[in-house]
Amino acid sequence: MTVTPGWYMALAAILFVIGLGGILLRRNALVMFMSVELMLNAVNLTFVAAGRELLTIDGQVSVFFVMVVAATEVVVGLAIIVAVFRRRKTASVDELAELRG
Amino acid sequence: MIELALFVVFGLAALFGAVTMVWARNPVYSALGLMLTMFSVAVFYVSNSAHFVGVVQVIIYAGAVMTLFLFVIMLIGVDKAEDRSENLPVQRPLALGFLVLFGAGVLWAGHQAWVSGPPQGVDPVNGTIEAVGSELFRRWVLPFEITALLMIIAAVGAIALAFFKDEGAGE
Amino acid sequence: MTELLVSAAILLPLGGSVILLFVGKRLPEPLAGVVATLTVGAAFVCAAIAGLDFFTGTGEAVRVDWFSWMPAFGVDASLGWDRLSALMTLVVTGVGALIHLYSIGYMKGDARYGLFFAYLNLFITSMLILVLADNFAVMFVGWELVGLCSYLLISFWFEKETAAAAGKKAFVVNRVGDVGFIVALMLVFSHFGTFDFATVFESAPDVLTTGVATAIGLLLLVGAAGKSAQLPLYVWLPDAMEGPTPVSALIHAATMVTAGVYMVARTAAIFGMAPIAAGTVAVVGAATALFAATVAMAQSDIKRVLAYSTISQLGYMFIGVGAAGYVAGVFHLMTHSFFKALLFLGAGSVIHGMHGEQDLSKMGGLRSRMPVTFATMAIAWLAISGIPPLAGFWSKDEILGTVFERGGLWTVLWGVGLVTALLTAFYMTRMMWLTFFGEPRWDEGVHPHESPAVMTVPLLALAGLSVVGGLVNTPFRTALEHFLDPVFEGVQLAHAPAGSVALTLAAASVVAALIGIGLSALRYRGRVPNETGFPWRVMGRGYYVDDVYGQVFSRTGKLAAAWLAFRFDARGIDGAVEGIGALTRRTGSWLRPIQTGFVRSSAAAVVVGAVALLAWFLSRGGL
Repeated sequence: MTVTPGWYMALAAILFVIGLGGILLRRNALVMFMSVELMLNAVNLTFVAAGRELLTIDGQVSVFFVMVVAATEVVVGLAIIVAVFRRRKTASVDELAELRG
Repeated sequence: MIELALFVVFGLAALFGAVTMVWARNPVYSALGLMLTMFSVAVFYVSNSAHFVGVVQVIIYAGAVMTLFLFVIMLIGVDKAEDRSENLPVQRPLALGFLVLFGAGVLWAGHQAWVSGPPQGVDPVNGTIEAVGSELFRRWVLPFEITALLMIIAAVGAIALAFFKDEGAGE
Repeated sequence: MTELLVSAAILLPLGGSVILLFVGKRLPEPLAGVVATLTVGAAFVCAAIAGLDFFTGTGEAVRVDWFSWMPAFGVDASLGWDRLSALMTLVVTGVGALIHLYSIGYMKGDARYGLFFAYLNLFITSMLILVLADNFAVMFVGWELVGLCSYLLISFWFEKETAAAAGKKAFVVNRVGDVGFIVALMLVFSHFGTFDFATVFESAPDVLTTGVATAIGLLLLVGAAGKSAQLPLYVWLPDAMEGPTPVSALIHAATMVTAGVYMVARTAAIFGMAPIAAGTVAVVGAATALFAATVAMAQSDIKRVLAYSTISQLGYMFIGVGAAGYVAGVFHLMTHSFFKALLFLGAGSVIHGMHGEQDLSKMGGLRSRMPVTFATMAIAWLAISGIPPLAGFWSKDEILGTVFERGGLWTVLWGVGLVTALLTAFYMTRMMWLTFFGEPRWDEGVHPHESPAVMTVPLLALAGLSVVGGLVNTPFRTALEHFLDPVFEGVQLAHAPAGSVALTLAAASVVAALIGIGLSALRYRGRVPNETGFPWRVMGRGYYVDDVYGQVFSRTGKLAAAWLAFRFDARGIDGAVEGIGALTRRTGSWLRPIQTGFVRSSAAAVVVGAVALLAWFLSRGGL
């Protein structure tokens, strides 16, 4: 039984769903952010597997770009979380509920 | 053969890391779980002949990004365990239900479109630095430069946010 | 040349009206009236010159094209100059000019002197458009315009509430008749595809069935009944006496009310095909004539006597044109315009001399104080009563003769006409006696005097016409009938009898008139009887028809309007509009709780959407 790219994609799908669960079910802003990173990783894995399947280097190039942007996003996101924490003294997103109807 | 073994072992490791990340009470444990997942994914990259990307994954993602996460966790001081009770009563069942649905949908879609590897006898993709680099600097040079610009903007933004205080910026 | 003259005949009064509308206020008093009179007089001259050919027997009908008006309906703004329209134009402008001259004196001192003449000129223009029209559409324009001018002129002294109400009533009742007219026009267009008179009348026998022709005829009758104040749409005419007397003379005696008669005469081709419709016209006319004559007998206001008299005489004309005696009907139209205008102007002279008094019971013995007025009104009185050789005798007799000659059931109408002639003589004598004879009954401080020359000259002119006007169509020399022959080519005409039958009928009507005059003289000689008892009161109130109309139509109208305004509009429509607003607000507040403010709820919403999208893609069989 050889490992085809399909297996990797399935595994990536499962990782994606777990990351989604982290966003929906955890209150801590940092944990939510980490879940986003997990989802991005899952997508990257899908890209690489697809690149292997379709015999193109573009999959890996996309992964490169995603990584760059994800890193950038982490920088800014963490800066925001730190700024919010300094004001509100809490990292729970449930406390930041002023945009209610 | 080897690939199958690698897949099974590191697949389980990745799953274990992901579940830890979502389940752990202590955010430090979550970060460490995520780091394990990232290492596993790096192994998967290598086994898919994406060597360059695998290295970058270890150095940047597991090395820099997760370290940054840990720094912030420590800085903010939420390394203590957090409260487990749920504020929004509808959230848990709703979330679990839809996650199951989503997962089922994705997996079924995958089953419909199952890919079974490239055709035999063709050269596989070469994920060396030369290959990726030559693509980057030829076809994708414009997005490359724009992402560089994006990083500068992010750095400036982070510095600005760091200086932002209640009484005004720049203090 | 003829086209130019005909166009000038309409454009001159129109120009006068426009000028007076703009500068009438600034002109010194008689000048506005003089300008107006000159335009109408000039129009008369133009019409006379243009009609010379007809008089010498050589003229042909001419079509004057102005411009293409509604190409989609094939309607041009064009005028038709034939003998009938020439005759009507001469009557309208001739009598109109005399009345304009009279008004210069009558309206002296009025605050809106210039505006009055602007309206009068506008009326003449509208009436000319009506009679000169070459197709139904232009005629309808004239029809509506005269209605408008009638409204403007009746409520000229609109500060008086009764005058304003009378103007509204006239317009609304006319409108009811106009509905019939419009439906008739629709029928004409749907069957002929054109409104042009020549085309319609020539092809009528081929295109129309008797049923359709009857329908068109009856609907046209509805319109004519409204405009010419026949049963049951006559109620506006007595109230229209609120307007200044020259208005009553011009519009409600000589010209506008005759538009219905003219219209029936013009559409003779259609009525000729529909004996039932024509018969209905005659019956309506006869009933109206008798009815109005009885009401006139009990009126105490001098103008209202004349108003009901007009309604009654119009009934005669309708009998005439209904019995296919179109020439007779038009002939009576012409003579009636002479003596009725004279009667109205004379009444105006009396009112003017009595400083506004209109009640017959407050007059009496004016014979010596207002001799010219008395003499001219006496001539008109004899003319309308049908005493030969004055005008009214010839025209009334021709109608009665034509009806008698048709035989059968028409003889009944002849009988009605004869009785009405008797009543006409009776009430006119009553009016003359109470006004001019007997002991003076006027109030303190009233000094009756004769009117100035500018008012008496038209009276004399009209008196002269009342004397000789009838001679154009006597049984010995039927000049008018020959004159109008080419107009009614192809239409089955009824004729008055000749010879001994004619003499017998004439004698009968003269005897009836003399009996009427005699009875009236006997009753009113030397005393004013008390006329407040039962029959007099009912007749005086017009058999309470007005009151019935008020209850049935006005009250239900008001109730309907109130319901529409307060229940339907205020609650229904406003409620719907506000309800939409309220619904929006409620939906908004119902949906607002979705915005909990929690990030995780938004994330959950995103997941829900993603699941839905995924499900949809999968249901379509793959991404």
